[in-house]
Amino acid sequence: MLPDEFKTKLVHIVGAENVADSNASKLVYSFDATPQFQSTPDGVVSPRNTEEVASIVKLCNEYRIPIVPRGSGSNLSAGTTPTEGGIVLLFKHMNNILEVDQENLTVTTQPGVITQQLMEAVEEKGLFYPPDPSSMKISQIGGNINENSGGLRGLKYGVTRDYVMGLEVVLPNGDIIRTGGKLAKDVAGYDLTRLFVGSEGTLGIVTEATLKLLPMPEEKQTILALYEDLEAAARTVSQIISNRIIPATLEFLDQSTLQVVEDFSKIGLPTHVKAVLLIEQDGNKETVENDMKKIMDICRENDAVEVNSAKSVAEAEALRTARRAALSALARLKPTTILEDATVPRSNIAKMVAAINTIANKYELDICTFGHAGDGNLHPTCLTDVRNKEEIARVEHAFEEIFAVAVELGGTITGEHGVGAMKAPYLHWKLGEEGVSAMLNVKKAFDPNNIMNPGKVFAKSERKRVVVTR
Amino acid sequence: MKAIEKQRIQQQFQEKMDYDELLNCMRCGFCLPSCPTYIESVQDERHSPRGRIALMKAVVDGEIEPDEEVKRSLDMCLGCRACEPVCPSGVQYGHLLEQARDIIYQNKTSSPSAKLMKHFFFHQLFPHQNRMINFTSLLGLYQRSGMQKVARKIGVMNLLPDSVRTMEKVLPNVPTKHEMKYRERHFQPKDAKKKRVAFFSGCLMDTMFLETNKSSIKLLQYAGCEIVIPDQQACCGALHGHGGEKEKAKEMAKRNIQAFEEENIDYIITNAGGCGAFLVDYDQLLKDDKEWAERAKMFASKIKDITSVLVELEFHRQPLSLDDEVITYQDSCHLRNGQKTFMEPRTLLSSIYGATYVEMKDASRCCGSAGIYNILESEMSMQILDYKMKQTVATKAKTVVTANPGCLLQMKSGIEKEGLSDQVRAVHIVDLLLEAYENIRY
Ligand SMILES: Cc1cc2nc3c(=O)[nH]c(=O)nc-3n(C[C@H](O)[C@H](O)[C@H](O)COP(=O)(O)OP(=O)(O)OC[C@H]3O[C@@H](n4cnc5c(N)ncnc54)[C@H](O)[C@@H]3O)c2cc1C
Ligand code: SF4
Ligand code: SF4
Repeated sequence: MLPDEFKTKLVHIVGAENVADSNASKLVYSFDATPQFQSTPDGVVSPRNTEEVASIVKLCNEYRIPIVPRGSGSNLSAGTTPTEGGIVLLFKHMNNILEVDQENLTVTTQPGVITQQLMEAVEEKGLFYPPDPSSMKISQIGGNINENSGGLRGLKYGVTRDYVMGLEVVLPNGDIIRTGGKLAKDVAGYDLTRLFVGSEGTLGIVTEATLKLLPMPEEKQTILALYEDLEAAARTVSQIISNRIIPATLEFLDQSTLQVVEDFSKIGLPTHVKAVLLIEQDGNKETVENDMKKIMDICRENDAVEVNSAKSVAEAEALRTARRAALSALARLKPTTILEDATVPRSNIAKMVAAINTIANKYELDICTFGHAGDGNLHPTCLTDVRNKEEIARVEHAFEEIFAVAVELGGTITGEHGVGAMKAPYLHWKLGEEGVSAMLNVKKAFDPNNIMNPGKVFAKSERKRVVVTR
Repeated sequence: MKAIEKQRIQQQFQEKMDYDELLNCMRCGFCLPSCPTYIESVQDERHSPRGRIALMKAVVDGEIEPDEEVKRSLDMCLGCRACEPVCPSGVQYGHLLEQARDIIYQNKTSSPSAKLMKHFFFHQLFPHQNRMINFTSLLGLYQRSGMQKVARKIGVMNLLPDSVRTMEKVLPNVPTKHEMKYRERHFQPKDAKKKRVAFFSGCLMDTMFLETNKSSIKLLQYAGCEIVIPDQQACCGALHGHGGEKEKAKEMAKRNIQAFEEENIDYIITNAGGCGAFLVDYDQLLKDDKEWAERAKMFASKIKDITSVLVELEFHRQPLSLDDEVITYQDSCHLRNGQKTFMEPRTLLSSIYGATYVEMKDASRCCGSAGIYNILESEMSMQILDYKMKQTVATKAKTVVTANPGCLLQMKSGIEKEGLSDQVRAVHIVDLLLEAYENIRY
């Protein structure tokens, strides 16, 4: 429960209509898209502008009340579950695009804008914002920045980090700072912009962002390559890259994923093969045609049983949309769907795919795999049932082994979904104790009272993943 | 809410809610941008599909009590099911909502006025076609006797809430009692017979919207159907089902199944999206009833919206024509999300010579009518309608076409509310198609 005095002051800042602490309103903000994690906040607050955010933060700092900033709650690492209570901070009133600057090729926006709406707004002006997480229809820019989200176009265009030029941030002591800006070159001091990107709401609250835009590519082509053999598909990925072609998109889906996605999207995906690659290239017409020709050859050389190009823009879009639905569509098969986010250098994709299959067999689990193959970012997804305690235990073991293999192959425990509360116990696998401690020192410098999204990124103690039994 | 009520509701949630379906929601949020109440409440998760499912689950799990606010969240839902087709996990939200509402209403003593209203509509009026006729003819009397004019003049209407007041203005001129009571029940096709169909006449459609039903029969005749109207049929039960009166709905379903079983027919034709979607779901409604499950399945498999049978019989290739004007279409949620019929009306409308079909933005978003939602949740309903009118106006359409009586009245209210009555009209699709068909012939 919120202390009375605190609540009165909060209401004073944002108005009674923007503070909610009934049972129902707390419950609906107790979870995000991460299975098995849930924890109730003490209240839900919706500030209307940066000044209000600053006042709220000061107040929370004074009362030592945790703040969990929340976009659309679509993250998959329990990044917005209020594990230590406190208030959930919403950005629903801060959802304006402030400026599209066509001379400097930037867009300045408030954090609550939905990713797709931002993309559409700049496309109207012939400009291009590449980061396109599969959740772009729902995710907010603030959430994207704090998870450093990537998407289907990540291989060629990079991730959110590569587009954030400047931020306005409210620090845990209530100070409002601005980092970076529209300048293409700026080396004054530490690069705080980069520090905040991917900080998962643990260092401050992003209240405004200036993002880099590109000119819209002239041409885009899409193909689908079908395989009877998973590893042949994985091999194709490494071969394309080692031939020095960087496609805009290079996505992998295995058969089980294909089947469910087709079941949902009904666009005529080939469900009879073991795996497909969805490959796209964009740029000027000539390069696109050259690249696509080479890519198709490489697919065939690597035993693709069929290579088809999308016949229309609509067909290409349908393919992309279907791919974006993969995760949620998998959720049809079993009551609980647990998705992981293991990433390896792309030369090791084939090894990783093989290892995932071996591990799935060993633990007798249904694991479907899809992902951003071109980035080496795979999403092995386990279909299970939380009510089956024995199976869930096997799932935990299997995923631990998958992470271990990923790290062994030079990879990491998460490629895009962040650490949150879910991966916190594994952070040291990737960073080492010294690495974690360096990061903790940064956290302490900004947030000595640990009010910003506590319990995320850093595990309290080294322990296995907590299984919430509900 | 009283403690004992809460306890009872909670217990029945545990016994009756489909827990697998609740777990099926993986909370991805893909449904959020499609939910009108989430949008209009400025992104309040209490009024989103994901939030509502979480609340239902939390009640089952015993994490929260089914208090007024939980009930509020469910009451605010339009039941438009726009969240279903976009849900990659395939969560059958409509069923969950029905189950939850049924439990809450059976166990909760709601406010006396809402209760009275519900009882009147659900038990006294809709199930009895004779009473519907009497009720409607009272309205006719009111309209024809000059009382309507007097009432409007002296301002008694001002005593009623806004939404009802506007509604009163836009109700169609109802037919006479005689017309409603004595109907022909068997019609031959105009030319060669292609199908034999039964017509589901509906309670509201066969009284207040009798004209539209007559147009439907004519269209079917022109398209090559022999038509029967079984006279033992009843109201479809949708209002009951959605309003938390499941048992009553089952009763109506059984009456209908029986009434239509006796006919040897290809399809059962509906012309009201709301009814159609509920009829298609009879197999779900009666799935646990041994005696009726199979019969319900058979019945459900024959349901077809009139637009889809017209397209199947290639009616859109017949010459159809209207004056040079823009027309636009407002999807009936239940026709679209329940019966998955959305291309057919567009195919028909686009084939009308002279008229230009313009798709409105978010045509599939609910208009806010939703059964008696517009009366019970007037404020939210009007907010949703305002958005709809904005999109309608943007198309510059002279005619807004709908496919469900509730939507038709709602759109008419919207037009009235915006003061556009002399520029824009709202019509049921069958009435417009008949107009376009006969336009050529006369
Ligand atoms: C079906 C599905 C597909 C997905 N696909 C992808 C994908 O392809 N690529 C990818 O990278 N991710 C993907 N995700 C994960 C998720 O959608 C992204 O991480 C997304 O960026 C989260 O955005 P959000 O607005 O929902 O943020 P939330 O989930 O609400 O928050 C994410 C994090 O950001 C913090 N935060 C949010 N706003 C602010 C702010 N203004 N200031 C400070 N901190 C803030 C939160 O505290 C939290 O730590 C997917 C998720 C789902 C359910
Ligand atoms: S889209 Fe479906 S699975 Fe996702 S939150 Fe909505 S109801 Fe749940
Ligand atoms: S039925 Fe309509 S109003 Fe209700 S949750 Fe679904 S989309 Fe929202």
